[in-house]
Amino acid sequence: MYFPISGATIDPFYLIGLGFIIGILGGFFGVGGSFLAGPALFVAGVPMNFVVGTDLLHIVGKSMVAARKHGILGNIDLRLAAVMVFATIGGSELGVQAIEGLKRVARVDLVVGVATIIVLVAISIFVFLESWQALKLKGSRKPISQQTSQEKDKRAFKFIAHWTHSLDWAPKMDLPHSGIKSISIWAILIVSLVGGFFSGFLGGGAGYIRMPCMVYLLGIPTHIAIGTDLFEIVVSAGYGSFRHAMNGNVDVMIALIMQTGAAIGAQIGAVLTQYFNGPRIRIAFAPLPLIGAGLIIYGLVTGKHIH
Amino acid sequence: MEPLPNWKTFLFELLLYAALLVAYFACVLHYLGGWFKELFDHDRNLFAVMALVIMIGQTVCLEVISSFLIWLLRVKKK
Repeated sequence: MYFPISGATIDPFYLIGLGFIIGILGGFFGVGGSFLAGPALFVAGVPMNFVVGTDLLHIVGKSMVAARKHGILGNIDLRLAAVMVFATIGGSELGVQAIEGLKRVARVDLVVGVATIIVLVAISIFVFLESWQALKLKGSRKPISQQTSQEKDKRAFKFIAHWTHSLDWAPKMDLPHSGIKSISIWAILIVSLVGGFFSGFLGGGAGYIRMPCMVYLLGIPTHIAIGTDLFEIVVSAGYGSFRHAMNGNVDVMIALIMQTGAAIGAQIGAVLTQYFNGPRIRIAFAPLPLIGAGLIIYGLVTGKHIH
Repeated sequence: MEPLPNWKTFLFELLLYAALLVAYFACVLHYLGGWFKELFDHDRNLFAVMALVIMIGQTVCLEVISSFLIWLLRVKKK
């Protein structure tokens, strides 16, 4: 099928299949899936300037489906999402400006590439070690369908979240849906600002950074972190794709076709989370940032930039 | 929190969703390409708005239609 906006010719079933796989990953892990969608679109022949914007637009639709499903399953903390969304958009704008600044003063590819690899590898190692330890902890013997979010979510390194909760930076708020009695709004804003910054800096939704930050720094149960992150991605990716579309970097037809597959995958991914406890989801999540790091290393070594 | 979904219902919902998507893909997307290309070339701001509106509209419409059909089938079953 010929796509006149980007000038690419791609089999639509390839796009539906790609959307389906990314949809499952997104619904299950609460990530946008740009680390996979970007390279896959590029390999299929989509020009580089269209890859990021088109991917972001399809993320909007896919995340809406997954967030709705997570909402039905009780996995969205609306109070948390409402606070996070503005700082995410602000952070995203900061990230874009940082890229523009770096373009003027340094070898932006190398700086961004090395910074990203360090962050992604660190997240991957930390998540793996923590969830490995958490799996060894004794948990509830109830069937998973009868466990509360806290019971489903054993955590090994709880001291980080305890430290965040103990910060005495006013104003503070409670998050009853996430089981948090008191947390500084500034802590939430900083986490979302950092997530947004990486989203603008690296492209995509940056859920692979924000989701672990929500779990480990803010102490949000894994299932609720996934649902809330997806809810937030709808808004932040919507803003990002709108900006890209204005600059002529979105092939809307490719995004619409990808979303048809992603919508089905996202429903499956969201429902699957109910059959796994927090540590199992997190240990499965651990290799994902490494895929992104591998792709960046490939780009730096060969000079072919696939995202 | 809702109880875990029944797998039969869920699979049925997915099949229905997939059938709707194929129909939508064949009937609607085929005709949208030219119109979007026109917008892209002549009015980039409207193109950006419409891209977002159509994406959200597509998601909402497919959800509403599949939910309605499932509701209709459940009512008939009762």
